[in-house]
Amino acid sequence: MAGVQVANVSRSFGAHKALDDVSIDFADGGFYALLGPSGSGKTTLLRQIAGFDFPDSGRIAIGGESVERVPVEKRRIGMVFQNYALFPNMSVADNIAFGLSVRGEPKATIAAEVQRALDLVQLGKLGGRKPHQLSGGQRQRVALARAIVTKPRVLLLDEPLGALDKALRVDMQIELKRIQREIGITTIFVTHDQEEALTMSDRIGILRDGRLVQEGPPEEIYDRPQSEFAATFLGDANIFHGNATGSGIRLPDGTTIAASTGASVPAGAKASCAVRPERIRISPGAAKPDPANVNTLTGQVSKRIFAGNNSTYFVDRFGQTLKVIVQNTGAERLAEGQPVVLSWSPDSTVLIAA
Amino acid sequence: MADQLAIGSRRGLKPALPLLLPAYLWLTVAIFLPLSAMVFFSFMTDLPLAGKEWSFTLGNYAAFFSQSLYSTLLFSSLRLGLEVTLWCVVVGYPAAYVLAKVLKGRSREAIFLLVILPFWSNGLVRIFSWAMVLREGGILDTALNAVLPFKINIDLMYSYPAVIIGLVHSYVPYMVLTCYLTLQAIDDSLIEAGRSLGASRRQVLWRVIIPLSMPGLIAGAALIFVPVVGSFMEPRILGGRTGTFYGTIIEDQFVAVFNWPLGAALSFILLAVVLIILALAAPVLRRAA
Ligand SMILES: Nc1ncnc2c1ncn2[C@@H]1O[C@H](COP(=O)(O)OP(=O)(O)OP(=O)(O)O)[C@@H](O)[C@H]1O
Ligand SMILES: [Mg+2]
Repeated sequence: MAGVQVANVSRSFGAHKALDDVSIDFADGGFYALLGPSGSGKTTLLRQIAGFDFPDSGRIAIGGESVERVPVEKRRIGMVFQNYALFPNMSVADNIAFGLSVRGEPKATIAAEVQRALDLVQLGKLGGRKPHQLSGGQRQRVALARAIVTKPRVLLLDEPLGALDKALRVDMQIELKRIQREIGITTIFVTHDQEEALTMSDRIGILRDGRLVQEGPPEEIYDRPQSEFAATFLGDANIFHGNATGSGIRLPDGTTIAASTGASVPAGAKASCAVRPERIRISPGAAKPDPANVNTLTGQVSKRIFAGNNSTYFVDRFGQTLKVIVQNTGAERLAEGQPVVLSWSPDSTVLIAA
Repeated sequence: MADQLAIGSRRGLKPALPLLLPAYLWLTVAIFLPLSAMVFFSFMTDLPLAGKEWSFTLGNYAAFFSQSLYSTLLFSSLRLGLEVTLWCVVVGYPAAYVLAKVLKGRSREAIFLLVILPFWSNGLVRIFSWAMVLREGGILDTALNAVLPFKINIDLMYSYPAVIIGLVHSYVPYMVLTCYLTLQAIDDSLIEAGRSLGASRRQVLWRVIIPLSMPGLIAGAALIFVPVVGSFMEPRILGGRTGTFYGTIIEDQFVAVFNWPLGAALSFILLAVVLIILALAAPVLRRAA
């Protein structure tokens, strides 16, 4: 078991910078999600750590030991591929045994370890099957068992749940998290599903165009995004553009929005504010605004989407559409076209430098 | 995989019949009719030409068993087939690997063309150009003597190695093509998975890539072994006196001695032996594939 340090790593393909000066410290035993849109360099970063590809510049260390010159097979990593990459000619048990057998472990040890790994992923009886006789979720488990049976120092997963349907995905998320806790392995998990990143990881790194945009625990990134991109990519956010006032921003129409979290931006400079849809209170146009929520705006409901436990209101205001999510508490619902007052607290407002 | 194919073809057979009909007609005319004529010949005492007397006999088949020459030649032809097939694996598999997994784009196309080229050239031209290369004072001899500081005599012409070289050159494209197809189908992530599990490149080759390309190796071997056992052109032209094989004896019966019945009988014995060998090898091969 070991942490992974990535320092100032860059990698270009021709003129295209797939990774641009990326530095991340993956803590020992942590569960780290790499999140980003397609083409942002997530797979490329994972491949540098695994050793399938080598950085143009920068350093990579596993367990404090520099690995730039260490080939893949000597890095002692475990990798789960998006397409699982199970050996089709081998049984499930032989797939799992592969890593131990190339190492020349005695047969009896291999058999015992394989059985233990099969039990860990709850596939105890399927050792004799061929990969094509398994369901997607089962293949996923075999790929995981195969990757961890060799006791690697780091587990790398490239969108491992991407091919599974929603229900199975949630099952596998829980399962993966359980196994990771049980063996305490440093895990780096690539995904472009923000919900998956939020629910599973201790820390998240957001990549965009080969750069690390923001990095930290999920709560921190969600509550204090440092860029519009981070705010809208991880979760939903209403973004207001304006000029900084010192305690918030002033919108072009003169309205001020107070913000008590986020960056400090000198007064007068361009800045924006982000507000999560669930932090906004929505009330009918006639109702008095709540004094605790000093930020108030008026608008008109343009659309309501009912989703059972909550409703999403789209509110039009000077050409901008704001999103508000309201828990279903049985309170009176607002109709489309109705004038409304939106209010929220400065604590829920994050100031972002432009 | 095989099950799926079988199910697919059973379901698809009835509607496909009109489509298959021309193919079956063609097979009947082009293969079945001449072949049955040959079966007929092989049981005759003489050709029914120019009013010659003829009757049915088993003598042509008996000749094979009464004269040890035929079985000796058949044995050396089988050995030749085996050796040529092995050399084709040795030469063709690495070439296919480089084509499928190492080269990309333009250079792949160029090398591919070079590999296929012998396919497109006339067999006789190909063999005679080898004769120019291999004989004493030929291209190989002259070139080596120009480079090497001492005098050597290279005269591979009319020798067993010359036959092997000519046959390997003619048949290696089959091996390259069949292996290329199976290697191409192996996902690179399988190779990466193997490496990430601690296997060296060599271990990945032996434990993942070669087992997965077995179907291509087997198909290539079958495509090469069978015709090489019956080959006569390369042995005759490049082997000279050493080039007497089972295939050349059969050819003699048809073009020199005009003993078609014996030639036909010898052909069918060869066919039977090859089929028996393939049948015996089938269970082993199926497990390997
Ligand atoms: N071998 C390569 N040759 C050329 N360009 C490459 C290569 N590998 C990646 N790239 C480019 O680098 C960029 C980052 O690719 P990468 O695969 O890391 O994206 P990703 O974040 O994993 O995306 P996705 O979510 O779609 O998997 C892309 O623009 C891609 O086209
Ligand atoms: Mg990717």
